[in-house]
Amino acid sequence: MSAAATTSESFLERAPLLLRDAVTGFLPEPARWLANSLLSIVAVLAVFGLLFAFLTLAERKILGRVQNRPGPNRTGWFGLLQPFADGIKMLTKEDIVPRAADQLLHFLAPVTLLALSILTFAVIPYGRHLVPVELDSAVLYFFAAGAATELAIFMAGWASHNKYALLAAMRALAQLISYELPLLLSFVPVVLATGTLSTTGIVAAQGGWKWHLIPHWIVFTPWGAAGFAIFMVSALAESNRSPFDLPEAESELIAGHLTEYSGFKYALFFMAEYFGMCALSGMAVTLFLGGWQAPLPVLEFIPSYVWFAGKLLTLLLGFIWIRATLPRLRIDQLTRLAWKFLVPLALVNLGTAAFWSLTSAWSGPLQLLRWAVALVLVAGPFLLLGRGLTAGLGPRTYRYA
Amino acid sequence: MLGSGLLQGLAVTAKNFVGSFHDPKRFVTTQYPEEKTRLPEAYRNFPFLVSENAEDPMGTLRCVACQICEKECPPQCIYIEKSKDKKPDASGKQQIYPAVFDIDTAVCMSCQICVEVCPFDAIKMDQVFELAATDRFTGLMLDRHALAKPNSYFHQLHPTEAAEVDDRLATERKAAEEKARAAAAAKAAAAAKPPAVPPPPPAVVPLPPPVPPAA
Repeated sequence: MSAAATTSESFLERAPLLLRDAVTGFLPEPARWLANSLLSIVAVLAVFGLLFAFLTLAERKILGRVQNRPGPNRTGWFGLLQPFADGIKMLTKEDIVPRAADQLLHFLAPVTLLALSILTFAVIPYGRHLVPVELDSAVLYFFAAGAATELAIFMAGWASHNKYALLAAMRALAQLISYELPLLLSFVPVVLATGTLSTTGIVAAQGGWKWHLIPHWIVFTPWGAAGFAIFMVSALAESNRSPFDLPEAESELIAGHLTEYSGFKYALFFMAEYFGMCALSGMAVTLFLGGWQAPLPVLEFIPSYVWFAGKLLTLLLGFIWIRATLPRLRIDQLTRLAWKFLVPLALVNLGTAAFWSLTSAWSGPLQLLRWAVALVLVAGPFLLLGRGLTAGLGPRTYRYA
Repeated sequence: MLGSGLLQGLAVTAKNFVGSFHDPKRFVTTQYPEEKTRLPEAYRNFPFLVSENAEDPMGTLRCVACQICEKECPPQCIYIEKSKDKKPDASGKQQIYPAVFDIDTAVCMSCQICVEVCPFDAIKMDQVFELAATDRFTGLMLDRHALAKPNSYFHQLHPTEAAEVDDRLATERKAAEEKARAAAAAKAAAAAKPPAVPPPPPAVVPLPPPVPPAA
């Protein structure tokens, strides 16, 4: 958590800091710094642990509603205690480790995966004063920690000593590395435009409103919107979410790299998946949706962390909505989408962003020209590449053999 | 255009999501222990014994312990012991009755053959599916007290079939009564007039001409 708040801000805005000082204020300086850090770790774990629990419930309820059934509704009111019942179930299940497995690696894989997923939460600005760690190269750190989770997935496949787990882990690696590229390329223009790798800096650069109406969020520029779309598609793939949930395609594969995992270790993998989803959504909010900034000046009385939570939840619900809608891709379709569509689009988007920042001085009718050129630069490659992507894949006709 | 299909799909799921809140007809599930689905008439699982009267099920069983179902049952889950004495059945005729009639539902395969072979319409298919028992040896072995269910229950389960059976039984009963009355009248006439008139030959139903087997 960052520097002290000024007293001119509303009480709610300062409430987390006041609470922190009430807990650790009596300690001397070095110990206080340590206690503050521990406190932010506890806060992040508690908040995102609960978010994970209720996100699984929300997902099951929403999927149920989409399929015209009520979803879990037996434990507690409206099934509110379902996540805890699931947790108890997972904890009491037998934990089976194959005799041939590498015992140490088999144990370490879920732990590493979860640890690396939690590390990514450190640099996200949850509110005006709520950044667990302020780093100058926070974005770099975030994606480095995120990419390291791929190692843990391969660890799981390798340590299981099972051919299915190993092959699935290799396929998962192929997918995750393919989508690293568009994911990274999609936010490079953001870093270029804001001139900083610090997440607080990027959020600060998106503050303010044009004509007191349109926020300066990056998603409201043509290249920002395109970058946001590419980022979200890649984030879907990076967090193994449907329609890119090939690594663990429970209805087709056994369970991918999770084949030899049971009980609570299995639950840890899912926890890491949801944590990854939350972290990537939080990063998307930070990079493109203005972080904790309010959308209108009159709405600034609502504390910044509420705005962040609202945007984060919106994105997460979007993830669930997409899962309820789209069927799973095949591995070749998946990698083709990354290499032939998203990567070129992200590269073109770099050029669009460059054009946008070079023409920032244009005004009057030139402003219209600027928008038109930028929109063509965004939509043109999308249409052309999209046509190439779907060529020869017309409506299927089914014939009896 | 690439992506238009995705948007259409998202619209469909959103429509279902919203619709499930305000349109109860969309809901395909029932909350089972609280509410129960009305089973289709043709649904069947295990047999039960039809009794004419709900107050006295053991006295009015249609079953006459002829043991045809016991012999026909493919998995042999029926066990019948005939009674030594006779009791009047629903139509007042003296009949043997089953002293023991057991069906092991753990063995029964719900084939309905017992129902099809029964000449007395005494055994029919039930729709109970909550038969879980804590003891598999005695809990799933149903005796005649557990199996006996009144005709009105049969009407609830399979109204069409029950109406048909009742019609048939009524006509048979009427025919039997007429025959008895004719026999009584003939007897009375015979008592009045010593030269006996031979009883009319039983009506012979002409057999249908043999059908050549289908090629």
